Amino acid sequence: MKLNKILRNGFLIIVTCFVLSACATSKKSTGQMQGDVYTGTDTVEYLASGVPDRVFFATNESVLTTASRETLRKQAAWLRKNSKITIVLEGHADERGTREYNLALGERRANAAKDYLMTYGISSDRISVLSYGKERPVDSGSNPLAWSKNRRSVTVKAN
Amino acid sequence: MIRIIFLFFLFLVPIKSQALIEVDITRGNLNPLPIAVSPLSIDKVSKQTFEKLLNKKNIGSEISSIVENNLKTSGLFNPLNKDAFLQEPDIANLKPRFEDWSLIKAQALITGNVNFVDEKLRVEFRLWDVLAGKEMMALAFTTVPTNWRRVGHIITDKVYERLTGEKGYFDTRIIYVAEEGPKTRRIKKLAIMDQDGANNKFLTLGNELVLTPRFNPTSQMVTYLSYFRNLPRVYLLDIETGMQEVVGDFPGMTFAPRFSPDGKKIIMSFAKDGNSDIYTMDLENRIVEKITNHPSIDTSPSYSPDGKYICFNSDRSGYQQIYVMKSDGSNVKRISFGRGLYGTPVWSPRGDLIAFTKLHKGKFYIGVMRTDGSGERLLTENFYQEAPSWSPNGRVLIFYRETETNDKGEGFSAKLWSIDLTGYNERLVNTPSDASDPSWSSLLSN
Repeated sequence: MKLNKILRNGFLIIVTCFVLSACATSKKSTGQMQGDVYTGTDTVEYLASGVPDRVFFATNESVLTTASRETLRKQAAWLRKNSKITIVLEGHADERGTREYNLALGERRANAAKDYLMTYGISSDRISVLSYGKERPVDSGSNPLAWSKNRRSVTVKAN
Repeated sequence: MIRIIFLFFLFLVPIKSQALIEVDITRGNLNPLPIAVSPLSIDKVSKQTFEKLLNKKNIGSEISSIVENNLKTSGLFNPLNKDAFLQEPDIANLKPRFEDWSLIKAQALITGNVNFVDEKLRVEFRLWDVLAGKEMMALAFTTVPTNWRRVGHIITDKVYERLTGEKGYFDTRIIYVAEEGPKTRRIKKLAIMDQDGANNKFLTLGNELVLTPRFNPTSQMVTYLSYFRNLPRVYLLDIETGMQEVVGDFPGMTFAPRFSPDGKKIIMSFAKDGNSDIYTMDLENRIVEKITNHPSIDTSPSYSPDGKYICFNSDRSGYQQIYVMKSDGSNVKRISFGRGLYGTPVWSPRGDLIAFTKLHKGKFYIGVMRTDGSGERLLTENFYQEAPSWSPNGRVLIFYRETETNDKGEGFSAKLWSIDLTGYNERLVNTPSDASDPSWSSLLSN
């Protein structure tokens, strides 16, 4: 009985080690993801040369990463140069969440981008926000990489 | 366009005899009750008339098949094969030879007849307790012939109620979102069908994205989210007239609508500047009230059947959880404390339970808990499923399930499923296309 228990505990410890190491690996950059934020360029389009149109988010998050802030600063510079242009920020979520919550999350993500653009001098009059929740994925795969591409806010020219 | 036609009931025989057979619906369907559904008998003239009117060879058998299919789908009954029936339908309806029916192991028997009377369809049916050799119920009703499918559903409701002691859910409809096209450019339309999948109709054309339709529990109105002109707003739709209108004058996205139990208010989320709060709008005086006021996401509100409480989804703790508050927004209490994320709370029409979607370790569950959060029970696990909606008697949940795609994005489908509160009797609900966001109507009659 006792041996059994010891063996089982030992097994649990080994399993725990595996889980921990698995977590540790997934936090590393895979080339296309940092943590679970997409860092690749597959789906990215450009508003102008060197001005990417979208930023990506971690699961359930609306916090802008360093890379996202850099992208948005480029967008702000481009918008300041082209002062007639108005934009729609389209916020999206991945398919791994309930529909209604994801609509709210998409709105929150697009507003995170909007707030940042505003701190770089873009008037809120030029920005509207539209959440699609999980309704318009760019990648229809059911895997972490596809989901990371879908968690995004896309800046779209409105005029 | 859909017309609602009312049925006229004529109660023939008041129920006197004590029921000896009873179906326990609080437990699983391990021993569904063997029941014989004898085809409704029909005279020659009526048969020919209905054949001309409805293009159905034998309307009596057609109605019986509806009853049989409903009973089978409920998981509580086992309708017996007609080939084994020894007695002719017309004679059985006068006086069953109970020995013949118990020989084929039937415990209950349904008989009846159908006639064409004064341009109308008249149906009479009886429910018999085979072992006791007694009539349990006899009813007759008259309606316009085109309502023949509803007659089958109403008979099922009466039989179900007599044998289980609870109201049925068969004379009901499901509104849902019909889906087609690739996952990245899905076309979505509002669609409505009878609870058994018959009479499917599309209510919108698919020009704009539509989501989350929900029935008014007191009428044939529906509220839903439409992206008409790329402005996601809550709309009202009268399914009788096809009239649509936007609900309220909000400067941003309104979503997650539901009716109050009396049908007089719409409760929904309004999102602005990255914050979603819950609001109500009175449909009569158009007064808008803000119910929650918190910088987190507050959405998916659902009233208790007495209208005194609201359950909703919020991430104010950091993650999606279920909360309950009084209907004025006071006394907010978190009720979900299990591991994982919780969404889409819906209050049972019986008042005692809240159904929800749960995400835990990459799997999605449909479950129920008591309204204080105790007694959590997960009914089904899958790759993706959400949005449970209660049958009007609070015994069955309908929800949608999506399949996992391969790395090329192939193999995606979205379908409606139903499951009993017991966790048994999980079933695919057939729809002509892919489907999501189902909402169950209340009973159309009574």
